[in-house]
Amino acid sequence: MINNMSLQDITPELWQSTAINAAKLQHRFVGLWAQDLGENLELNACLELHGSYLLLRTLIDIANPIIASLTPYFPAANRMERHTHDMFGINFSDHPDKRRWTHHMAWDEKQYPLRKNFPVARTKTGVTQPDNSYPFTCVNGSGVYEIPVGPIHAGIIEPGHFRFQAAGEDIITLEERLGYVHKGIEKIAEGLDTKQLAKLAGRVSGDSTIAHTWAACLALENATSLKIPQRALHIRAIMCEHERIANHLGDFAGVCNDVAYTFGYYQLMRLRELWLRLNTQVFGHRLMMDCITPGGVSVDINSKNCQAIHKQIISCRQELTGLYQLFEENSSFHDRIKTTGILSVEQATQLGVLGYVGRASGHKFDLRHNAPYPPYDKLKIHVPVFNNGDVLARLRVRAQEILVAFELIAQLLDQLPPGSIQTPWQNPSTTAEGIGLIEGWRGEILAFVRIDNNGLIERYFPRDPSWFSWPALEQLIHGNIVPDFPVCNKSINGSYSAVDL
Amino acid sequence: MLKTLYKIFKIGIVTEPLSQDKNNTFKRLGDNCRKIIDARFAGSLAIRHIDAGSCNGCELEIHALNNPFYDIERFGIHFVASPRHADLLLVTGPVSRHMESALITTYNATPNPKLVLAVGECGACGGEFGCSYACAGSIANVIPVDGVITGCPPTPINLLRGILELLEQKIN
Ligand code: SF4
Repeated sequence: MINNMSLQDITPELWQSTAINAAKLQHRFVGLWAQDLGENLELNACLELHGSYLLLRTLIDIANPIIASLTPYFPAANRMERHTHDMFGINFSDHPDKRRWTHHMAWDEKQYPLRKNFPVARTKTGVTQPDNSYPFTCVNGSGVYEIPVGPIHAGIIEPGHFRFQAAGEDIITLEERLGYVHKGIEKIAEGLDTKQLAKLAGRVSGDSTIAHTWAACLALENATSLKIPQRALHIRAIMCEHERIANHLGDFAGVCNDVAYTFGYYQLMRLRELWLRLNTQVFGHRLMMDCITPGGVSVDINSKNCQAIHKQIISCRQELTGLYQLFEENSSFHDRIKTTGILSVEQATQLGVLGYVGRASGHKFDLRHNAPYPPYDKLKIHVPVFNNGDVLARLRVRAQEILVAFELIAQLLDQLPPGSIQTPWQNPSTTAEGIGLIEGWRGEILAFVRIDNNGLIERYFPRDPSWFSWPALEQLIHGNIVPDFPVCNKSINGSYSAVDL
Repeated sequence: MLKTLYKIFKIGIVTEPLSQDKNNTFKRLGDNCRKIIDARFAGSLAIRHIDAGSCNGCELEIHALNNPFYDIERFGIHFVASPRHADLLLVTGPVSRHMESALITTYNATPNPKLVLAVGECGACGGEFGCSYACAGSIANVIPVDGVITGCPPTPINLLRGILELLEQKIN
């Protein structure tokens, strides 16, 4: 067992057959990561069924690092295996796609940054060359043409490359090439102390700073069985819901902008700004960065601020109710987003998508509901679900989730327990490991941490929901027109930073 | 349609300084920018933003500059899609090695004279990511930089202040 998660140590020979059985039983693929233990590479795969989690673990001989791939049975494992190959040199023997993923040109072929003998500091000299030789899939035929986009895009967004094959306006295929913002997060995490790790986790994806920091701190606290004060738990959840509201408002606004519905864009951006200002007032930072620390939180909520949050909830709910009605009545808005970018229920299952992307395609999974962690275990959570899988359905899920978040914050504030907001940190007596699972606004986030008896990090792996929503974008874009790509992309809004690591 | 118009009318104009910003900071900074932009940039300063490995936190705040509270366009500052149209590059991130070439290419594609602002702790000094096999450690390590806006991420007010300081220092 590792924090209530059953751990199954298996031999490399049984790796694939165990996975096949799990796939038959309809397990969902959650994540895959490795660690260099010297003579062996330890490989972990996390699976979930009905809210209970299973961790498969095996040791691979570092001299001959070959293992069967899980991708044929869990398509969701595809990119994570490619990432693990690039970072550790593990060869997933029957992987359907042997191309590099995270590896561009920053380090040499046959070098693996997460191996122990690979130095953090740079050894190559000169400017890193662009990765011009990546073999993209091509479509041939008369009238078919290719549109390369990126890594730098036309707006204020993160970099990544999109390769479209199109005929007329219709998109035949889209292929993503990410990895441009690879910052070596997993490597630089090694050797950090717990506080530094919390700061780093808060920068895996700036828009999910609370969710990622919480997941990392929860993993640390689980590793050392540290109990944090009830009050701190409530404050963490309140911040997490604030983050959900602000991001849903911002992305909803972004969708409006992408279909030239400026009224919606400006109204929602205005509401988002009000939440960020409230964050400054209550937590001292617009995005609430570094407000969660190992053992608790760094800011308390006083009664004046409780009132301020309550007040904002009331006014924002009232405004949104009116706005939602206007959005639902606006036929030209619906015309652009209804039946646009459909992700079917089957595709969603196959890709294991999470959060609003899953919930708009019939998948009700929400950690706060299916495997509730404190303080959500004491709350009743309504999970909105739609089946159409289009941009409209994703917006509707997010619209509803904002209202649910209002309810949750109000309850968490009303039941805010008295007491301290920090438990002093204690290092474990031996090397310890922990997993943190948090429902961020994009969906379930997993963080794995291994820490030594000096309180220094040996391994940190954050698994953001974007790992699954990026491949979903490639599928749902089929048959849509090129001009609808931005709105489809915005309705998914995967994080580049959180998957490039 | 009537309901939409009613909502627009009811909310009115929220652009600073009409509401919350009591010290008028944003408007003051903006007006000062406007004077320089009118005098030296024929009324419009075109910015091209480049994410060179940011965590996307800085992007959220740069975005906020366009929301109705800040509405940075009223000072003649606007974001453009191509570096060819830009007077100023606003660059975020510790420059991931994988973005190094793209950043240099974009810098070279921007016509002279050009200004470069490094944004955020990452842009200034690598932030939490530092200098490593994966990151160059600051914008200045890769392209010439004219000014720095610190903060993780810098607030919209500090972004505007940084732009003004750069204009004052370089142009006046
Ligand atoms: S400065 Fe902070 S917010 Fe900006 S990219 Fe760096 S870590 Fe993210």
